[in-house]
Amino acid sequence: MGALAEIVGTATWEALPPSKRPGHILLTSTMGMSDCAGYAAVVADAGTVHHPVGSDAPVPLFQIDGVRELRDGHILAATPRTGVVRVLYRPESRHNVLFATEMCNSNCLMCSQPPKNHDDREALLERNLAVLRLIQDHPPQLTITGGEPTLLDDGLTSLLSVIRDRLPNTHVHVLTNGRRFAERHFVQQVAGVRHPDVTWAVPLYADVPWIHDHVVQSDGAFAETLRGLHNLALWKQRVEIRAVLQAHTIKRLSKLAEFVQRNLTFAEHVAFMGLEHTGFAVGNLPELWSDPADYQRELQQAATLLANAGMSVSIYNLQLCVLDRSLWPFARRSISDWKNVYDSACSNCAVVSNCCGFFEWNLKKHSRVFGPIASTA
Amino acid sequence: MSAVPTRPLTLPFFRDRHFRDRGEFHPAGSGYSLLPFRFLRSDDRECLVNECGEYLLVPLGTAARIVHRQIDCESGLYADLCAKQFISDGRYKTDIDLLATKVRSKRRAALRPTQLHIFVLTLRCDHSCHYCQVSRQSTASHEFDMDEQTANRAIDVMLESPAQHLTVELQGGEPTLVPQRIEQIITAVKERASVSGRSLSFVVTTNLANLTPDLLTLFRNESVHVSTSLDGPAFIHNANRPRPGANSHDLACEGINRCIAELGPGSVSALMTTTQLSLRHPVEIVNEYVRRSLHTIFLRPLSPYGFATKTAARTGYFGTQYLAFFKAALDRIIDVNLSGYSLTEIYSRILLTKLLTPVGTGYVDLQSPAGAGFGVLVYNYDGDVYLSDEGRMLAEMGDKTMRIGNVRDHSRRDLLRSSRFSEMVEAWCNESLPGCSDCAFQLYCGADPVFNYATQGDIVGHRPTNEFCKRNMAIISHLLNLIETGGDDVRRILWSWVVPKAPAHDPELVQT
Repeated sequence: MGALAEIVGTATWEALPPSKRPGHILLTSTMGMSDCAGYAAVVADAGTVHHPVGSDAPVPLFQIDGVRELRDGHILAATPRTGVVRVLYRPESRHNVLFATEMCNSNCLMCSQPPKNHDDREALLERNLAVLRLIQDHPPQLTITGGEPTLLDDGLTSLLSVIRDRLPNTHVHVLTNGRRFAERHFVQQVAGVRHPDVTWAVPLYADVPWIHDHVVQSDGAFAETLRGLHNLALWKQRVEIRAVLQAHTIKRLSKLAEFVQRNLTFAEHVAFMGLEHTGFAVGNLPELWSDPADYQRELQQAATLLANAGMSVSIYNLQLCVLDRSLWPFARRSISDWKNVYDSACSNCAVVSNCCGFFEWNLKKHSRVFGPIASTA
Repeated sequence: MSAVPTRPLTLPFFRDRHFRDRGEFHPAGSGYSLLPFRFLRSDDRECLVNECGEYLLVPLGTAARIVHRQIDCESGLYADLCAKQFISDGRYKTDIDLLATKVRSKRRAALRPTQLHIFVLTLRCDHSCHYCQVSRQSTASHEFDMDEQTANRAIDVMLESPAQHLTVELQGGEPTLVPQRIEQIITAVKERASVSGRSLSFVVTTNLANLTPDLLTLFRNESVHVSTSLDGPAFIHNANRPRPGANSHDLACEGINRCIAELGPGSVSALMTTTQLSLRHPVEIVNEYVRRSLHTIFLRPLSPYGFATKTAARTGYFGTQYLAFFKAALDRIIDVNLSGYSLTEIYSRILLTKLLTPVGTGYVDLQSPAGAGFGVLVYNYDGDVYLSDEGRMLAEMGDKTMRIGNVRDHSRRDLLRSSRFSEMVEAWCNESLPGCSDCAFQLYCGADPVFNYATQGDIVGHRPTNEFCKRNMAIISHLLNLIETGGDDVRRILWSWVVPKAPAHDPELVQT
């Protein structure tokens, strides 16, 4: 890996004195690379004409559309080989994510981040550690996701240790299938970081292995995940259970709820999640799609059973108009800001301010009961 | 720090991303194994219960079909049986370690060493309750009071228990007739238990007729919980619990009010004892509890000890009548809850915890191994130690079978190694009692060798005619029925008794 494989730096519109330039990426919408020495890179508007980039260019130059959307303090990754600039961190966002790897040991039918076999773990770990070094503010939460973060092995431990030390007040939410936690030495290793505020969010799709394994497309996944969950509990780790609402999981949803209540009492939260129509879910939609209007009773039974038993329950990604009113107390504004949109009809809705709205890519397919609510009377 | 994993993971995980359909994940089906479970047949269905307390209500004949491997693996029942660990599929075998964890969780509460220590401070009492299980003595004779040395020796024995939490229950007769003893014991226990860093709870069981300001101050300062009797409205309460002036009910209510006002609403709880008179008035009794601003009620049956048996004609022992009373009272209690007033029935709460949750309870009268001697010890005014309160009552009737020693002569070790205790241990696990060992409700119920001895003449007991058995089986069946058919609101109420009020929802949790 060459020295210029990827440049990670903090964006600045404001010119900085030379001493402060290292680690910063200058943003500009005009010409002018006269005084750029010392910056990690320069990102400019694609439309403008520039000096050709050559060996005498003071710093790497990137030209992109939408440079004006970038703000001071954003942490960017710029790849010279491709000219691509990514935003890795936004201080003003509540939904910052550290992407651990595209690899996964499962292959869920509805995966919103389809896995790839290319081993990107080392590169991404380096990138994430670079981001962590640059964060100046105190984010209340950071999410670690992928692919499957536990595939990082030692890398996950490193990541958690750095976050623990650099961002002691940040809650870490790790999205994981939990399967590797069936290996006790691995749980011990991770628990050994003693991060004061981590929650492991683990999906469970049924109370029986054949349904769960089919959904995640992997033999033995259910058994490993359950073992993993129990090991996490043994090592006093905080656990959240997630269930995506699709045709295969809905049939036995209240049985799943009871299963969690009886077997996973240590879980601190259960989230029922509306299907995101992206990634694998798109190709598999005919098999997976169930109109929320048709599964309210199952959802109600499941949510009520858990809530009665004292479990904290949430419903994500389902609009208030498609939810039975008795379930409104569980609905959350769950969709990450960068992909959260509302339908034009929503402007007439009395409860839009409490509603999570849609994933961008879900706007195309509505429940038959979607529509603005006239009033909450 | 190196980013390369120390243990190589086998890549690639998937050669291609072709999706396999559900047929490839089909359970094995026909060759399933049985996991341990028992069943019970009623008129119209069967109840299956497994080794960790999970249950299934199924059509008649299902247990036989399961055993004969006739359950279709496509059916919802097959999935239920696997999920709840009644059977193990040939392909997707049950994780035995997980089942073991659940079995352990269920039994853990019953295996805690002696937490409850009952001190009988005096036999004197100003009441002469018909069902009293203690010999009455006039309020003048101090020879039936526990003296200071005996109290200290009893505390010595108590502190030998390795329990991390100790509940000290001060009883009698009427303990408020010896306030100095109450104060002495609380002070001594606090001082001595603090050395080992144990947590403590104090309970005083009193009729509230002698509640002085000094006592209230003591209770407030030491966070003493007050347990009293309220048998119902005055006409029932006073008839059951005579005293000079026939004003037990007034005094009890006044006492309850003063406790609520000066010690806080949760500081006082009441229980009722059912007599023949009570049987006819379940609704009025429940209503009285609401009227007195009480939020818990314990529907206790008449126990067959002490004066109860002597005055059998007046009080009478009953089986089916009690059950009818219990159901009617419970219905009324549920209605009260539905109207918005929180009222928990304690006996139901104990059973519901066993039915609905993965854990057991520490209620000494309904567990296996029996709580007697193991979960609870009773120190009588004269230093004699008994396995349970019921055992002491038997002694007051002249039968000292359940006496295991005396605090002056014996340590806790001596007491638990006494031949009396060893004999009782033979019959203290319902897993090995005739009738109980095959019973579907075994995990929800318990063993009560003292009860068996008192009512049937031996510690093992004769199950078909045993009142403890009949009562518990009927109540458990009734609760199961309520859960299954009572509807969403009733289920919500029943659950609210099991689980304390849930904390407010977390602030918005987000996902990516």
